[in-house]
Amino acid sequence: MNPVQRTVFRSVLVLIGMFAFAFALVPLYDVFCRITGVNGKVDERAQSLISEEVDQSRWVTVQFITRSGSGLPWILDVEQRQVRVHPGQPTEIDFVFTNRSGVAQSGRAVPSVSPSRASRHLRKVNCFCFEEQRLEAGERIELPLVFQLTRDLPEDVNTVTLVYTLYPVDEDKAQLQAQAAPAPGGDA
Amino acid sequence: MAPKLPPHHSLQHSSTTATAGGQVHDDHDHHPQPRGIMRWLLTTNHKEIGSLYLIFSLIMFFVGGIFALVVRAELFQPGLNLINPEFFNQMTTMHGLIMVFAAVMPAFTGLANWMIPLQIGAPDMALPRLNNFSFWLLPVAFILLLSTLLMPGGGPNFGWTFYAPLSTTYAPPSTTFFILSLHIAGVSSILGAINIVATILNMRAPGMRMMDMPLFVWTWLITAFLLIAVMPVLAGVITMMLMDINFGTSFFDAAGGGDPVLFQHLFWFFGHPEVYIMILPAFGIVSAIIPCFARKRLFGYASMVYATASIAVLSFLVWAHHMFVVGLPLAAELFFMYTTMLIAVPTGVKVFNWITTLFRGSITFEVPMLFALAFVVLFTIGGFSGLMLAIAPADFQYHDTYFVVAHFHYVLVPGAVFSIMAAVYFWLPKWTGHYPSEILGKWHFWLSVIGVNLTFFPMHFSGLAGMPRRIPDYALQFADFNLVSSLGAFLFGFSQLIFVWVIIKCVRGGVKAPAKAWDGAEDLEWTVPSPAPLHTFETPPDFKPVQH
Repeated sequence: MNPVQRTVFRSVLVLIGMFAFAFALVPLYDVFCRITGVNGKVDERAQSLISEEVDQSRWVTVQFITRSGSGLPWILDVEQRQVRVHPGQPTEIDFVFTNRSGVAQSGRAVPSVSPSRASRHLRKVNCFCFEEQRLEAGERIELPLVFQLTRDLPEDVNTVTLVYTLYPVDEDKAQLQAQAAPAPGGDA
Repeated sequence: MAPKLPPHHSLQHSSTTATAGGQVHDDHDHHPQPRGIMRWLLTTNHKEIGSLYLIFSLIMFFVGGIFALVVRAELFQPGLNLINPEFFNQMTTMHGLIMVFAAVMPAFTGLANWMIPLQIGAPDMALPRLNNFSFWLLPVAFILLLSTLLMPGGGPNFGWTFYAPLSTTYAPPSTTFFILSLHIAGVSSILGAINIVATILNMRAPGMRMMDMPLFVWTWLITAFLLIAVMPVLAGVITMMLMDINFGTSFFDAAGGGDPVLFQHLFWFFGHPEVYIMILPAFGIVSAIIPCFARKRLFGYASMVYATASIAVLSFLVWAHHMFVVGLPLAAELFFMYTTMLIAVPTGVKVFNWITTLFRGSITFEVPMLFALAFVVLFTIGGFSGLMLAIAPADFQYHDTYFVVAHFHYVLVPGAVFSIMAAVYFWLPKWTGHYPSEILGKWHFWLSVIGVNLTFFPMHFSGLAGMPRRIPDYALQFADFNLVSSLGAFLFGFSQLIFVWVIIKCVRGGVKAPAKAWDGAEDLEWTVPSPAPLHTFETPPDFKPVQH
């Protein structure tokens, strides 16, 4: 190999490496966000309640925002837009799914937490967001969210906002997933 | 347009010089030179390919400029006056894409093709056929890109940064063509960069060590490494977009578990080094011109090299300063804020070195020097507004306003574009054998400087006052600033016709230039005759390193 060929060979290696790196960043980014809680990503599995004493001295406001993504003519509503809770106290909130279209469809609510620092201190014991929902035409169902804010929530976080965005789920994929892996329950 | 190319004269020289140094370029001698269009399609000569790059980039500079003038005409007065908002979006997007990928980058590659072999004493680029291929990919890529404007649904309308989901879920159907054209342009840049690296590392004249290379060669070497490192990331991002659009993946679609913010991270991981790709060769050009017309050695040669290298390294650590408002954690905001500010240190070293080179020099103000001096002043203004934008809490206010537009146009127009013009005026005597007209050049310079500042300086004020970018209409209080900006833009745009006039005039004739066309010119390219014959340095030159 002459020197020019060697330089070209090395450059092409770097090139291929960087192209692979770009794709490797996709899972790395996901893992990074999940570990650090950055970007409001929360664990999508049920977690157990931590039995810790409720911190009666402190109030935290928890807000719920629900949004319908494109392509799904559903309405997602919440019984209370805002609750005040103590850290450590388990709370149950009901969410209402309504299918306003004339056909049965599957959808999923994707959660996000803001500020993202709070996401590691939010434990969801039960959430409709762990699995997909299938609603018949015009059907209306109520589903609960049971959550707990741990006591080690940073001092300066006084408001935690949970955003749920509804997205349509591809019918075939939805059934496959439903058969393959039932959403794991909590080990409370 | 092929017959009007600058190295027209070189063709006559080629027959004599090519036979003189026969054994190096065997295949050139045994086959007759193809004529007409085939000569340009098949050329493997670095000078001819360099000219092709430069002419292509000049044409695209005007195409992108027309798009900019459409935008400025619409913004001349408040209200929706001339074009509809959808077309306005296509114009802002295409202006950015064309200027970045088809005007500035090919211009620098063209200068590299022409000057790097001459400056290091090499007979040609290391991979001449690849060189031909990387050029001819460009017209294909950009004809494809421009053709999207005529497709149903229009061309790309999501800004040159093509953020998902604007460029995936909500994109026009032509986006697949946009992706293909960007892939082709990317392949072209990568091949060009590999060629440049191979040339610089392997083909220097005997005795020329790395630290003896002219700074234009150094800055291009570092730029080429940046290109090799980040263009594949761009290719990856647009491949993911392609799959999201056409194959049902969801890299950037939250509905399928993807994340639109990931797009921004990936894009700017490419995008920030990309902006240095567009400015590092400019540093090299200015570092050649200022010592020449100050008739002094460049002050701090080694520190220039290290500053360029550290800017390149830092460019990989600052990408998220484009994304301060996406909701980064505090630690990330601080990290990217500090690393961004850190870039001011090596950049400051460079500006310091240029000024110190001027200090007590015997300066003359020929046109290339005027452009180089304007570069130093106006690029520094752009650098300062960049520092303001680097402050994360301040950026929350400036983000997506005309202040950002003012900032990056100050670093790209009187920065990168002025340096290219300076280089053209500086090396035209070497390319054509004639000096460009000083009088016309000065008209071009002064009208450009006035036009640029009239266009972009008021944007600082409208931006600080809150005018958002990429919107075809604006509130009445911004009317005066926009009027001035639009007038300046038309002045700048039309004064570029003088530039074309100067070039054509210079190709056709003018005052004959000697081999060493400028009084203070030092590097190897000034040892070959003007115009440079088609084949130079077929026997390696006798290189004597200068003490920097």
